[in-house]
Amino acid sequence: MAEELSLTVNGEPRRVAPGSSIADLVSGIGLDPRKVAVERNGEIAPRSTLADVLLADGDVLEIVHFVGGG
Amino acid sequence: MTDTVSDSSTTDSWTVAGRTFRSRLIVGTGKYKDFEQNAAAVEASGAEIVTVAVRRVNVSDPKAPMLTDFIDPRKITYLPNTAGCFTAEDAIRTLRLAREAGGWDLVKLEVLGEARTLYPDMRETLKATEILANEGFLPMVYCVDDPIAAKQLEDAGAVAVMPLGAPIGSGLGIQNKVTVRLIVEGAKVPVLVDAGVGTASEAAVAMELGCDGVLMNTAIAEARDPIRMARAMKLAVEAGRDAYLAGRMAQRRYADPSSPLAGLI
Repeated sequence: MAEELSLTVNGEPRRVAPGSSIADLVSGIGLDPRKVAVERNGEIAPRSTLADVLLADGDVLEIVHFVGGG
Repeated sequence: MTDTVSDSSTTDSWTVAGRTFRSRLIVGTGKYKDFEQNAAAVEASGAEIVTVAVRRVNVSDPKAPMLTDFIDPRKITYLPNTAGCFTAEDAIRTLRLAREAGGWDLVKLEVLGEARTLYPDMRETLKATEILANEGFLPMVYCVDDPIAAKQLEDAGAVAVMPLGAPIGSGLGIQNKVTVRLIVEGAKVPVLVDAGVGTASEAAVAMELGCDGVLMNTAIAEARDPIRMARAMKLAVEAGRDAYLAGRMAQRRYADPSSPLAGLI
């Protein structure tokens, strides 16, 4: 088995197993993929593709949701 | 007996980008004590649209309650904002994420110029409006109370222009009624006062100027009783709208008696 991948998720380092998809990451964190949006290396990761896109070492991800605001 | 006064709460409506709403009050969802109070205030306000911000999920506390658990996006239209963005680039990035999170194109664009006043940076705002409109977004745009800037935004693709009444969160009321009226008179898209309203009478003033609606957050959230203030704002917006439609009397410099002078004993 290859080494774990190093990612930056919402500004913090995180490691995942090789072969993980974005959907694996999101559900691994414990989030409902239907309630969040994901940006990978500055590009939107469309929700319909989250299960298909495999993560790469060094990926920078932003996972956002709606919060209260004016 | 026939009642010739139509009930504006059932017949009055406004349309933005092809979507029709009955409530002319849009409320924010920030600064509340908790989600329960926030949801109760939205209910009391009668608002059909709420503004929301887009922020990072706290990955260390993924089970924390979420806004969507308390205010149902299938019943209330979420209007994602770009609060905290100081460049067109940041605002566009935020709204692309919002579109992916929510799946809709109607958004609130605000590009701020400085932290102290939270005044809009109109050069960046105009740039962002053009790009967003080209990407299929329907931007409702927070702007200065300047009728020329409002026209430029409209030309750039804004589906609504939303001049500030006073700085965001200040509660100072509508400082420049003349320019707000000029914007209303010149606009072909809906005009909403966004920011500055502090109490119910000021919401009524915005509506009496002919605005299509009012957007507010702090005036409700920071009231001693936010739920009662939400109701007050609902009534004020309806009252102001009715007063605008009714057409106010002319002003006189001196008194004019309401009781007849003829027949005095």
